[in-house]
Amino acid sequence: MDASEEPLPPVIYTMENKPIVTCAGDQNLFTSVYPTLSQQLPREPMEWRRSYGRAPKMIHLESNFVQFKEELLPKEGNKALLTFPFLHIYWTECCDTEVYKATVKDDLTKWQNVLKAHSSVDWLIVIVENDAKKKNKTNILPRTSIVDKIRNDFCNKQSDRRSLPLFSRCCSSSRTPWCSMTSWTPSSLSMWSTSGPGVSVPPGALDCWVFLSCLEVLQRIEGCCDRTQIDSNIAHTVGLWSYATEKLKSLGYLCGLVSEKGPNSEDLNRTVDLLAGLGAERPETANTAQSPYKKLKEALSSVEAFEKHYLDLSHATIEMYTSIGRIRSAKFVGKDLAEFYMRKKAPQKAEIYLQGALKNYLAEGWALPITHTRKQLAECQKHLGQIENYLQTSSLLASDHHLTEEERKHFCQEILDFASQPSDSPGHKIVLPMQSFAQLRDLHFDPSNAVVHVGGVLCIEITMYSQMPVPVHVEQIVVNVHFSIEKNSYRKTAEWLTKHKMSNGIINFPPETAPFPVSQNSLPALELYEMFERSPSDNSLNTTGIICRNVHMLLRRQESSSSLEMPSGVALEEGAHVLRCSHVTLEPGANQITFRTQAKEPGTYTLRQLCASVGSVWFVLPHIYPIVQYDVYSQEPQLHVEPLADSLLAGIPQRVKFTVTTGHYTIKNGDSLQLSNAEAMLILCQAESRAMVYSNTREQSSDAALRIQSSDKVTSISLPVAPAYHVIEFELEVLSLPSAPALGGESDMLGMAEPHRKHKDKQKTGHCMVTTDHKVSIDCPWSIYSTVIALTFSVPFRTTHALLSSGTRKYVQVCVQNLSELDFQLSDSYLVDTSDSTDLQLVPLNTQSQQPIYSKQSVFFVWELKWTEEPPPSLHCRFSVGFSPASEEQLSISLKPYTYEFKVENFFTLYNVKAEIFPPSGMEYCRTGSLCSLEVSITRLSDLLEVDKDEALTESDEHFSTKLMYEVVDNSSNWAVCGKSCGVISMPVAARATHRVHMEVMPLFAGYLPLPDVRLFKYLPHHSAHSSQLDADSWIENDSLSVDKHGDDQPDSSSLKSRGSVHSACSSEHKGLPMPRLQALPAGQVFNSSSGTQVLVIPSQDDHVLEVSVT
Amino acid sequence: MAVCIAVIAKENYPLYIRSTPTENELKFHYMVHTSLDVVDEKISAMGKALVDQRELYLGLLYPTEDYKVYGYVTNSKVKFVMVVDSSNTALRDNEIRSMFRKLHNSYTDVMCNPFYNPGDRIQSSGSVSLSRAFDNMVTSMMIQVC
Repeated sequence: MDASEEPLPPVIYTMENKPIVTCAGDQNLFTSVYPTLSQQLPREPMEWRRSYGRAPKMIHLESNFVQFKEELLPKEGNKALLTFPFLHIYWTECCDTEVYKATVKDDLTKWQNVLKAHSSVDWLIVIVENDAKKKNKTNILPRTSIVDKIRNDFCNKQSDRRSLPLFSRCCSSSRTPWCSMTSWTPSSLSMWSTSGPGVSVPPGALDCWVFLSCLEVLQRIEGCCDRTQIDSNIAHTVGLWSYATEKLKSLGYLCGLVSEKGPNSEDLNRTVDLLAGLGAERPETANTAQSPYKKLKEALSSVEAFEKHYLDLSHATIEMYTSIGRIRSAKFVGKDLAEFYMRKKAPQKAEIYLQGALKNYLAEGWALPITHTRKQLAECQKHLGQIENYLQTSSLLASDHHLTEEERKHFCQEILDFASQPSDSPGHKIVLPMQSFAQLRDLHFDPSNAVVHVGGVLCIEITMYSQMPVPVHVEQIVVNVHFSIEKNSYRKTAEWLTKHKMSNGIINFPPETAPFPVSQNSLPALELYEMFERSPSDNSLNTTGIICRNVHMLLRRQESSSSLEMPSGVALEEGAHVLRCSHVTLEPGANQITFRTQAKEPGTYTLRQLCASVGSVWFVLPHIYPIVQYDVYSQEPQLHVEPLADSLLAGIPQRVKFTVTTGHYTIKNGDSLQLSNAEAMLILCQAESRAMVYSNTREQSSDAALRIQSSDKVTSISLPVAPAYHVIEFELEVLSLPSAPALGGESDMLGMAEPHRKHKDKQKTGHCMVTTDHKVSIDCPWSIYSTVIALTFSVPFRTTHALLSSGTRKYVQVCVQNLSELDFQLSDSYLVDTSDSTDLQLVPLNTQSQQPIYSKQSVFFVWELKWTEEPPPSLHCRFSVGFSPASEEQLSISLKPYTYEFKVENFFTLYNVKAEIFPPSGMEYCRTGSLCSLEVSITRLSDLLEVDKDEALTESDEHFSTKLMYEVVDNSSNWAVCGKSCGVISMPVAARATHRVHMEVMPLFAGYLPLPDVRLFKYLPHHSAHSSQLDADSWIENDSLSVDKHGDDQPDSSSLKSRGSVHSACSSEHKGLPMPRLQALPAGQVFNSSSGTQVLVIPSQDDHVLEVSVT
Repeated sequence: MAVCIAVIAKENYPLYIRSTPTENELKFHYMVHTSLDVVDEKISAMGKALVDQRELYLGLLYPTEDYKVYGYVTNSKVKFVMVVDSSNTALRDNEIRSMFRKLHNSYTDVMCNPFYNPGDRIQSSGSVSLSRAFDNMVTSMMIQVC
């Protein structure tokens, strides 16, 4: 048969054997198509779907067609590759259903049954179409119907077999890669490849035969290929080498060639049988020096020869496997070799193979092979006397759950037996890694924050999970502790330690994933933390950054953890600080072990190593990770005084918390705090004051009575007796007395219009409470120096006052604003005149004696001023109101009232200003756009008073007159003032003297409009030294400015304001300039009787546009 | 009928391995482990092929006297190894292929489970519901003739 491969034509493999195809049915028909078939079939390329992941190939095949005979079919257990019929074809050209039913179907059924009886499943039924036949017959059905019938009768169960991949199956059934590669099939192998020979053979006969076959094949290959070809095909031949090695090994074991003593008589008998069964060597190799036959005979003939041949084969196989990178296979053969060496009592030779294999299994995490190999290694190490290695392997095996309980106990006992042996050199320690013996699961500190003061007791409870199958008595468990002092770090100060380290005190250790390969998951994730170092003095930030806490885990060498089998270089640390726990029996599973230690030197203690000793065997956990630390601190005694609330309020009793941290000082009986009293701050002594005494960890507490004795200058607080490193806490009530004169500083004269805005601004800025500081000096028993403590009290109220007028009647309004968060109850409000003039009377208009004032709210009080004779030019008032917190029912002490002092000047009304607007004559209402007349009348209400005596006053013929300037300003831009909007008038200083001014104004909008403002200023003449020329100029300038303005459609309010500011600038700042000065009349002296009046303006008829401005 | 079915991680440690309880488990562990040599070889040979054309089924890895070892590799380099009895002639390439496909589907289901951490062993002892379906499927493949 020619099988040619398409793209590489030079390589043509030839086979003398063609696959057999049987033909049944119509033999004449087949004979007629045979010539065409045998010619055409090899031309048709076939797809060879190959196994082992190789790409499909297109090949051309020829077949050997033979007539079907039942004898050709192989019997069960007698299958041979070369005589095997691969395909059975039934030929028919039947196209008549009658004929089909009568004969063909019957014949087909018989044929099928024969095939089934021999379990041949590869068959094909061919129906040949014959056009000539079709024409002759009349009752011919379409050919397809016969096909359908056959399909129904024979193919329905195996419909997938219809298109049979004949040759692909033929080729893929070659069972060994080397057969398909060489295309040469040794006869012996074809025998072997059939499954399960039914011939009874003596034990070992098959092995002999397989061994010979393998070597024959290999020899044949060597004979026909050169060295390079052989080398490049090792991957295909190495399996035969390995197989031969395996067979020789089993023969060796069978014939007693692998025992120390050599074969016994039974073994020898068996060997003789086998050698006899081999028969005579075939003539073609009989004369050669080397042949598989000779090799086998020699190997079975003596122990030494077997060893030589077996070692040769094994080494060759291992070498070949290694050379093509099949390391696992090489290790596996190596393990067989190790087994052989162990049988030969040569453990020193076995060890390297076992170690090699074990390393490979460990690296890839194969638990069962690890356990098995370790067991072999343990035996090997025991024979070699490698005590340390043996104990370590034993400990690993004792903790291995893949072994039986008995086996584990055995290995555990091996360790215990060794440990109990009296050591020849006392003090000699065998150090083993702890991991396989017991695992550290968690650790718990008591106190839980792992912070303890000098002299305090610290408990560390650990959970050790014993891996041993039996209870193990441990002489001692030791934790090596590393001590360090970090004096400069704020984190290590007593305050920081006692406050900040608030962990739950339990540290969990990740379970070791021993059987996992090291390469992947076991690498820990980065543990990154923010780091802040603060200055110990003022707590300001010194350094910040990110630290990786487990850098030592990440940067360590990878191999270190994989070499578990080696004595892993675990070193015992000998440190000055150790925690010890003696005579512990570790039960299988979890065990609690408690270490107790008394803290001595302040600093940081890091737990480094954990060791457990069983006799001379020490199990060591070289690094405890995550890092476990505890801190020991010493502390200076300290006193802290802090308010209980956010801020202390003046005037009412406030609680202040005293905290005495005893530190290393012990509070003795009679120790007291001496407080030097501040003047305006009282310490309120209550009958029952109690202090709480806590330990520094806040775990224990007790309370004790506090004795407070007060004298004029000193308050003495006797502290309860407390041991070192405790905290005493108690609260005291303090009262800051309201300091009266400091409060009335800002006297605010509330005017009518403009000053109101000013007031608003002030409110915005001055919203926080006024504070007073009180300093208290405290003498503490542990120090010769006094501690000075400053307490800041805030005044809860802000008070403003205002003078209100109604014609000549006068009222004083006091506004009390509560700035605090508390609600208060106000009571007994008084306003008194401190100058104590009998003429003046302050009539309260406030009805309630009790008045609540809520947080952030204001309360107003009003008094009417009454007098009989001439009122005084100024008035000194003191407002006082009692207050107490609304929440508290009863106060132990009476509180001082809150007071506020202020002064009111020039409060008597001198002028009444009245403005009126009249519609144009003949009209009922004012209209937009039409001029209306504004009539301003200024009336003097009193005769000459003391306050009138100033520069503006002129006297002529015993009549006094003063110069006033009026100004009409409309800030709301409702009106356009036409003509002069201001003027200077000479006002007689006499009661009822009236001055009228007319001017024209134009309403700009319709509706009820408020009247424009009329302002009155006192017009003071310039100093005589100043030139009058400038004076006149300045007026012209001012007037022109105002005229310009009135010419505009929309009077600019800002320019109006700016003119106003010119006046005030003249009056206040530029006193040196030779200009007449304007002085605003005090708000109390002018009463605007038309303020608040509105006048109705109706829109003019031709106004189509209505402007609406919404602001 | 398979006598041993193993799922092996990309890093070559076993994610799942089960063999017929009547036979020596250790033998199959060694067998499957050794077969990784051939798997590696085939994967590295395959590396040259384009990804989308890659055949996941690796075919017969190697025969032993009593068993045939078949291999399959997923795109994430997880390997499936199946050991079948040599005497079982009913199992041809196509059957093995379909068994691997079933195994792959079932493994994909395990991977899709949000409670399964990729790389963890698929243990019947661990979270029961997680691997039960997979385990059952393996059992079915080890009992019935596919």
